[in-house]
Amino acid sequence: MPSYVIASKCDGCKALDKTACQHACPNDLMVLNKETKKAYNQDPAMCWECMCCVKICPVQAMEVRSYADFVPMGASVTPLRSSDSIMWTVKFRNGSLKRFKFPIRTTPEGSAVPDGGFSSTDDLKSQLLFTEPASSGMKELPPVKALASVA
Amino acid sequence: MEKFETVEVQSDVLILGGGMAACGAAVEAAFWAKKNGKKVVLVDKASMDRSGAVAMGLSAINQYVGVKDGQNTIKDYVDYVRNDLMGITREDLVANIARHVDSTVHLFEKWGLPIWKDKEGKYVHEGRWQLMINGESYKVIVAEAAKNALGAENVYERVFITEPLVEEGRCVGAVGFSVRENKFYVFKAKSVIAAMGGAVHVFKPRSGGEGLGRSWYPPFNSGASAYFTIKAGAEMTCQEVRFIPVRFKDAYGPVGAWFLLFKSIATNGLGEDYMQTRRPELEKWKPYGMVKPVPANLRNWLMMLDVKDGKGPIYMRTEQAIGAIVAKTSDPKERKQKLKEVESEAWEDFLDMTISQAILWAATNTMPEEKPSEIAACEPYFIGSHSGASGAWLSGPEDIAPKEYFWGYTNMTTIQGLFAAGDASGASSHKFSSGSHAEGRIAAKSAVRYAVENPNMPKIDNAKIEALKERILRPLELFENHKGETTDADVNPNYIRPKQYLFRLQKLMDEYAGGVSTNFTTSEKLLNKGLELLELLKEDSEKLGAGTLHELLRCWENIHRTWQAEAHMRTILFRDETRWPGYYFRSDRPAMKDDWKVFANCTYHPNEKKWEMIKRPILSIY
Repeated sequence: MPSYVIASKCDGCKALDKTACQHACPNDLMVLNKETKKAYNQDPAMCWECMCCVKICPVQAMEVRSYADFVPMGASVTPLRSSDSIMWTVKFRNGSLKRFKFPIRTTPEGSAVPDGGFSSTDDLKSQLLFTEPASSGMKELPPVKALASVA
Repeated sequence: MEKFETVEVQSDVLILGGGMAACGAAVEAAFWAKKNGKKVVLVDKASMDRSGAVAMGLSAINQYVGVKDGQNTIKDYVDYVRNDLMGITREDLVANIARHVDSTVHLFEKWGLPIWKDKEGKYVHEGRWQLMINGESYKVIVAEAAKNALGAENVYERVFITEPLVEEGRCVGAVGFSVRENKFYVFKAKSVIAAMGGAVHVFKPRSGGEGLGRSWYPPFNSGASAYFTIKAGAEMTCQEVRFIPVRFKDAYGPVGAWFLLFKSIATNGLGEDYMQTRRPELEKWKPYGMVKPVPANLRNWLMMLDVKDGKGPIYMRTEQAIGAIVAKTSDPKERKQKLKEVESEAWEDFLDMTISQAILWAATNTMPEEKPSEIAACEPYFIGSHSGASGAWLSGPEDIAPKEYFWGYTNMTTIQGLFAAGDASGASSHKFSSGSHAEGRIAAKSAVRYAVENPNMPKIDNAKIEALKERILRPLELFENHKGETTDADVNPNYIRPKQYLFRLQKLMDEYAGGVSTNFTTSEKLLNKGLELLELLKEDSEKLGAGTLHELLRCWENIHRTWQAEAHMRTILFRDETRWPGYYFRSDRPAMKDDWKVFANCTYHPNEKKWEMIKRPILSIY
């Protein structure tokens, strides 16, 4: 599905100027109803089920109910995303459960340094990009004309 | 209609888009701009953390050449891409991306992307070129580096770019509008990088209800790159080379891990392996039918022939593949452990990039070790970064491009100052997420150099900008002026709502240009009729009506799609053969022709409002 919002849980991100789900949706689908102060998906048939909104909701008020036009009812997939891992709970139609936990990043949030610690040249006209050749793990740009494959 | 403030933003380099290519452009441009005292601005229609095709995440990096460890050479990659695209590829562009992509992947790792490693600390390959990752936050991490490089003050989110600004043959900026507040934006710059993704929902999707949004590539890839470059007057290439992926049926979960990592095969409903039983068909598509791996479109084609013969359903034999993996160990304890490992890998593959597929498996009580799952061909997409090839025609790099492919600045289109990368750049397929990022970097360094070396911009005509503002906001005005005339604002003879317009485009493309319902088959007669109907649709695009900024966004996305559709139909018509039978089949030209081993390019001339079709030679660099 279409992502949906659980009415009893949504606090409209305390009615700030933009809600978390509104910020996250890559398809501009989430809207805050100014009267009820709760968010909703304004066009469920355009939802990609990427769960960006579900993952970011600060009060776990969002879930996905899978596409009604081809998915049998009764199953769910629920993410719980932290700063370094994500835990998934998969509930089957027959009631059985599976749980998986996967890492999502190896560095603290916000710490990505653009050059990754690699040095760069100064030459705007050379074919070397910033951080190269160091970031290639080579002494120079990989040769285009080396014909023999080692593999 | 409510008033719209005009906001003008000046920079030296303007990056349009926020996905992988744009993020690559951002880190690279920021570095060279700082060294040269230049300013870079990026505009994204969504939020960079979760925008573009990698919004949900990915379970693999599909382009890693492995040059430093001697795994492959650049030529190996070029050979692979050329064969997969049936000979139609710009080797210079593919080689250029291939020699930079490993550097980009190493940066991803430094930024915090978890790449699977074996016991010796080496990357775990899914296939020859593919690395396995824990990629749920792939885009978040890549966007973080981009934003850290640019500075938040130079990033404009939730602004939709609508139209290029071109003066005296040079691209000098772009205009668009905020999807959050009543603001019309004018971005002026010395060089502009188009990296706004591919096009989805040009063709009718298989699902007709809520599942409309469950396209394989995301529905928010709406043809903005193609429209922007076409309307700027840039020459386009491979507009006929759409991509039709074969994926798990309905939810479109990825098949790469199953085919490559788990060594699964696919069979028809009778248990026959169509890659074996249909092998003689590959002879018809020599020499490409004979190469290994068999090109993606030919693998599709063999499957489609079985489907046409009523031999479905087509199954990924997950139960056989897992059985074979587990059978490698005889110890029952180890077997149990291995089964658990494979199960977790299989589910993560879906959860990292196509959550819907995990839900579909759960909803159908599917245990992959017990029963096979259906696969099917999706609908056609326009995506220059994967196994399609549509995009702008670009200058190659000075040191390796043949002179016919070089005009001063790497990755510049045929319009001065306008650069392209990722899905926006054509004839350089198989760059995927990592190669798109690398190509964004290539384009950005080149665009900074252009801005440094060409500081004097032509004057931008204000009257032109005012006219654009009026045209861009017109759907709001039209709706406002007429909505009260009927009791249901959706049904009103004065305007067409964006959703109905989208359905009209999709129906037309599906039936005339070789969509799902015609088994991807079309002909000269069908295309000519389709173009006739498309002309009427284009006229009606002047009458799109929008009640909100969100609907205004939808109106313009659909206009963008329409131009991608037109370039596509014109180019299928121009190419007098069938070359990629598993992408589209010309019933009146059912075979490949030697004299069509050329690029089929097209240019829209905005002043004359005319299309020009052009053949360009294929030049090898090896």
